[in-house]
Order: sequence, then C-alpha cells, then structure tokens
Amino acid sequence: MSEIKISCEALHEVEAICDSFNCDPGEMISILHACQNKLGYLPVEVQRVIARKLGVPPSKVYGVVTFYSFFSMTPKGRNPVSVCLGTACYVRGSDKVLEEFKRVLGIEVGETTPDGKFSLDCLRCVGACGLAPVATIGEKVYGRLNPSDIKKIVSEFED
Amino acid sequence: MKITSADALEGIRRSAIEALAVREEGDRIPAAEACGLDKGTPHLQVLCCGGTGCKASESARIVENFHSSLLSHGIADKVDVIVPGCFGFCEKGPIVKIIPDSTFYTSVRPDDVEEIVTSHIIGGNKVERLLYRDPSTGLHISDSKHMDFYRKQQRIALRNCGFIDPENILEYIARDGYRAVSESLRRDSADVLADIKASGLRGRGGAGFPTGVKWEIARKFDAPDKYVVCNADEGDPGAFMDRSIMEGDPNSVIEAMIICGYCINAHHGLIYIRAEYPLAVHRLQVAISQAREYGLLGEDILGSGFGFDIQIRYGAGAFVCGEETALIHSMEGKRGEPTLKPPFPAEAGYMGRPTNVNNVETLANVPVILTKGPQWFSSIGTEKSKGTKVFALAGKINNVGLIEVPMGTTLREIIYDIGGGVKNGKKFKAVQTGGPSGGCLTEKHLDIPIDYESLTAAGSMMGSGGMIVMDEDDCMVSVAKFFLEFTVGESCGKCVPCRIGNKRMLEILQRITDGRGKDSDIDTLENLAKVIKDTALCGLGQTSPNPVLSTLANFREEYEEHVRDHVCRSHKCKALLTYTINPDKCKGCSLCAKNCPAEAIAGETRKPFVINPEKCIRCGMCLSRCKFGAITVI
Repeated sequence: MSEIKISCEALHEVEAICDSFNCDPGEMISILHACQNKLGYLPVEVQRVIARKLGVPPSKVYGVVTFYSFFSMTPKGRNPVSVCLGTACYVRGSDKVLEEFKRVLGIEVGETTPDGKFSLDCLRCVGACGLAPVATIGEKVYGRLNPSDIKKIVSEFED
Repeated sequence: MKITSADALEGIRRSAIEALAVREEGDRIPAAEACGLDKGTPHLQVLCCGGTGCKASESARIVENFHSSLLSHGIADKVDVIVPGCFGFCEKGPIVKIIPDSTFYTSVRPDDVEEIVTSHIIGGNKVERLLYRDPSTGLHISDSKHMDFYRKQQRIALRNCGFIDPENILEYIARDGYRAVSESLRRDSADVLADIKASGLRGRGGAGFPTGVKWEIARKFDAPDKYVVCNADEGDPGAFMDRSIMEGDPNSVIEAMIICGYCINAHHGLIYIRAEYPLAVHRLQVAISQAREYGLLGEDILGSGFGFDIQIRYGAGAFVCGEETALIHSMEGKRGEPTLKPPFPAEAGYMGRPTNVNNVETLANVPVILTKGPQWFSSIGTEKSKGTKVFALAGKINNVGLIEVPMGTTLREIIYDIGGGVKNGKKFKAVQTGGPSGGCLTEKHLDIPIDYESLTAAGSMMGSGGMIVMDEDDCMVSVAKFFLEFTVGESCGKCVPCRIGNKRMLEILQRITDGRGKDSDIDTLENLAKVIKDTALCGLGQTSPNPVLSTLANFREEYEEHVRDHVCRSHKCKALLTYTINPDKCKGCSLCAKNCPAEAIAGETRKPFVINPEKCIRCGMCLSRCKFGAITVI
C-alpha cells in the first residue's frame, strides 16, 4: 500500500469538510473542491477518507477525481503555471509559449520542478481572449505573451 | 428589507431610477463637451470595467488608484466609482467611462488615473491620448455611441453589462429588473409560458431548441420536486459570453429562473457553474444573497404565494458536462457521463425528478421578452431565429471582444464592420464558429445571414457563440488537429465511436502534419468522421468530427498538399519545413550559427553559411536572427 504522506491533522480537516456537507455523496464534487483548496491536491489517502465518510467505495471517489481536469492527485508547485490552449490563444501562438515554458522550466505538462517552485499545466480559456496568448501564474494573468518574454517572467520568481 | 408586494417593488424602482438617471441620460445623448467639477458639474461617476479580461490588465489597481486619488483631492463625495461587468471591447481594455459626458477611455493603465482625475474630472478637459482612435480616419472618438464596434450591435442579453453595478441589486431593479417576475406572478403561468413560446426564443447553448416548447414539456410532468437548472458550464474554448453575463448582470439569470420555475411549477433552482470562473461565482453569490434579502428569492415572492430558491453547484473542468444529462450526473456528485435520451431531463433529470435545463444567455433574454412583449422580440432576427445572439469575437481580428447582433447579421458585417477586419492587414482565411463542435467557414460564406439553420447548412453550427478568425498563416489541417486533440482529451470514454474513433482520427492527422501521410488517409478520415457522427452517444461525440469535415470540405487541397507534396503552405507544420540560406544574401556574419540550438549551421566567416537539414530542428531561430533576410523557409 502507498506510504502515508498526509499528516493526521490534514486528514482530520478532510473529515471535518465531509461533515460540513453532511457526508452527502451528492456533494462529492463540492467536497473535493474544498479538500483540494485546503491541501492543494487529492492524494489516494485523502480519497480513502472521503470514501469512508461518505459510505461509498474508494473507486467511486477515484473515478470522480480522475474524470475532472480540475482535480489533481499530485502536488502543484508553489507557483503553478497554466498556459491557455483555448482556440483564441492557439491561433495567436500559445503552442510556442507552452514550448518555451517547458524549455525554460525543464519540465513537461503536468510536472513540477524538483525544487517544488513551479508546476506546468494547460487550461482551456480563462476568457481573457483580448489578451491572447495568455498564461496564468498563481492568480496573476500574463497577457499578449511572446516566447521571448518567458525567461524574464520566470526569473522574476527566483527567490 | 423584504419587498412583499408588486407595489413596494415599484416604489423601490422609482427611488432607484433617480440614482441611475445621470448614467441613462449620458448613455442616450453623450455630451460633446467634457464635464468637470470646475465647470460646475455637481456630481460625476467613473465606470471602471470589472470583467475578467480587464481585471487581467490590472483594472483592480485602476479602481484603487481612483479611490485614493479622489480622496487625496478631497472630492471623494462628489464622484462615485462603479465597477460594472464587461463593456465588450476587450481588445482595448481596461475601459474607463466617465459619466455624465459618457467619455470612453481605452487601454487605461493604473498610472493614467491621476491625469484623468486632475484633467477631466476636476478640470473638465478630456485626456485625448486615452480616447479611442478610429483606425480608418485616425480621429479620436470620445464616446462609444460613435464607435463602429458598437454601432451595429443590439444589446438585449448584454443590456446591463458594462452599465450597472452587478453587486447592487437596486441598479438592476432600476433598469426594470424583477418587473417581469412581479407581472408574471400575477398572471396565469400558462399565459406567461405562451409568451415565451410566441417570442420564438431558442436555446443559445448550441442546439437551438425552442425554449418555450422545452418549458411546456417540463410543465407536463408532475412531481413533488422539480428543478430549474441554469447551465453555466461554458466549456467552449474561446467563448466567454455566459461568464460575462454572470459577471455583469447576474440578476437577469436569477429573475429568468424564477419565471421558469413559475411556468413549470418548480421551486428549486440550481446553477451549474465552472469553478474556473471565480469572479462569476462571486457575483452570483452576491446577487443570490441580495435577492433573498429583498424577498425576491425564498417563500412567498412579492406576496404571490409562489416560492423559489437557488443553489450553486460547481463544475470541475469537463467539456462534456455542457451536455444536459452529463451535467445532471455531475450535479449529483458523479462522473459527468451522458446517458441516452429518452428519458429526457424534463421527465427524469436531477435526482430522477423533472428538470428543465437552460443556458445562461437564453435565460438572460427571458425577462426582457416579458417586459417588452413577445411581438417586440420576434420582430428582431430572421424567420426561424428570433432575437439577437452574443458572439465572442477572437483570434486574428482587430477588435477582440464580446458583441451582440440581431440574428441575420452577416459574418462580413461582424468581422469587418464590428471586428475591424483581420489583424496586421493579413488576408482572411476562415472563421471558426461553434467551437470544437462547429466548423470553419470561408470567404464564400461571409455574406450568409447568420442564424441556426444557415450556419448548419454551411457545415458549421451556432454553438455557444465562439467566433475565431483565422488568417493566411493558419494551417487548416493543424486547426482540425487542434480541435480533435481537445475532443480526445475531453471524451468521457463511455461510447466507442467517440473514445476510439476520435483517437484514430487524431493519429491520422498527426501523421499528415508530420509529413508521413498516406494516400488513403484523407478518405479514411472522411469515412471515420461520418461513422462517428452517426453513432456516437451524445452531442459531444456526434459533433466532434465537424472541424475535420468542414476543413475537408473547404480546404481539401491543403490536406492533399500535406499528403502528396509534403508541403504546408502556412508554414505551421514544422516537420514539413525546410530552412535554407541564400548564398547571394548571406554575409557570413555567423550570427545564425551562434544562435542555432541544434548546431545545424556551419560555415566560415564572411562566406555563405549552410544549414544541415539532418540536424535542423526547424525552430526558426536563424530566421529571426538573420539581419540580411538570407534565410528562407519553404
């Protein structure tokens, strides 16, 4: 079985979140949102706790977690990078922006840098199509990107 | 404060109208002269766009700067700062509008605020450099009424966006808000429904099913619990009209849901919204709690005896959840997989109860139809498609933004008159409508009056209203591949045609764009596409081959060039490119060789350099670095 990576305290928080939704399986997605907000991701241990509290098999929870792109089973970097691959950004060259992020960060989509500082993902449309191509780092939106901007943007996060 | 009767609502409206009067007047007749405190204007308003696009360009800091600047000048009591939803002109955001003279400032930076305050708000002189400059005449245009972008638009669903403060229900009430509810609750619900039916309103989410008929079916099924669901899972990449309506006018959606509940005899409302839309979620939450506070949601609305309340449910990023049966499963906390219809949601939907699902834009039309009358609505548009449609105009176009035009407007009017034409003077190639389920239309389609039927006949579809313009630099095979990558990623995997068929199509397209296409590939693609269209379980699968079919129909020669000649005329498909150095132009400066990441360029200084095609990774670095134009790409 997988090793326990999550603290007892965190698992208690997960239980409390389930209780706050009356352990209703119909609220599964809201519960998963709340847990991911709290912990940053949804590892198998957390899914097991949720399954036990909701009285459903762990496979059900796993099925839901893996169905939706918003849920992640791996921890994100401290600065999660998301490159928009919506159509508007695509025709304005977001594929090249993504390539450059991969090159500069040295990771593939879905991965986190070894120091845990950045993770790289794609998303479909933040709705800022006027600024295409767009990427977000944390909450901040970077618009009208050119592949040559990426190195500088990333370097601003050096600690 | 609870409003307990229709009369009380009217009383509140009368007092709220006064606060909005300056803005209404300024919007109708923009003053030629700027207003300012020093010129005797007693009170001004600053409208600072709070849509997602403008927020991404620091409009929140602009608002902060206005507050602090007004305070430092001691005039905070004479100027209101209001944050409405999207103005639609996202290309030139952030937008700041000054009332009462209706001055429309574009591309405002946080540092510009001080100048607007001292020069315009206090001094009464417009800041010329921030005004919109008409690209054809080069002249400054100071108000939106005279801009080509707005002139051909007719804003019904977007009537309040960019005008009212979405977090203040009184401003919505002042604009005839909740009047449709108040009047409907005093009428027979069958008559209200008949009005919706007579208006000819059709679903704006994609398929265009008549809204009134949908309500009528849901009304027939009797059950103790029935549900009204608002589908706000806008998953179509490049479309953001539903988000803008929820951000700019959330009360219109709430009001329409109450009316729908009254017509079909349901008392529970659910809004299924993407978790990726934090601002829209926030505005909806504020609007719902204000509506409850005023007694417009809850038991016994306006003393009518009818009760209705709304809860929010969150999506988690799955395109297929825009399909109503998948959406319902997702709301039940399950995987969002579609199921075969019948039973339709109207009979057995959420929790097995009769459920009516409508899209955001559809709902936003409902209150106006009832206050202005179904005849007014059905006089707009074409024979079978009534009213207006909101489009998210994006891609290679000068004026990216959110627009609303009467049905029957042509693509040419939208792209050239409103959109200002193709960016950087490039040649128009195609416009993609309907998102991943739609198709690409070409030059020959530009004069078709847009409605549900004409777009379908042309091989595309209305869809939710995304409209992406492409120019000569876009490779249509790559575009088809892009959409299929999306569909393959979003396929829920339940039915074989969608899960495996689309994957096979993507593999073929990958092969073609890699220059490994086989002669039989194009026919196989067409065949597969038709089979998937005929056999997939839900709307997502059935429409997923559309981008391939429509590009094949309109750009077949591009596919053939890729396969037969290994040529991509738009220079998009890397594997098909060959970079060469023209020895007559090359000065032997060695800059290209120094910058080549693959060490594929060699030569002696001051003599022509050569690219080794075996080593070349086709990154284009040499092309961008060469100062003598010696590098060509075919």
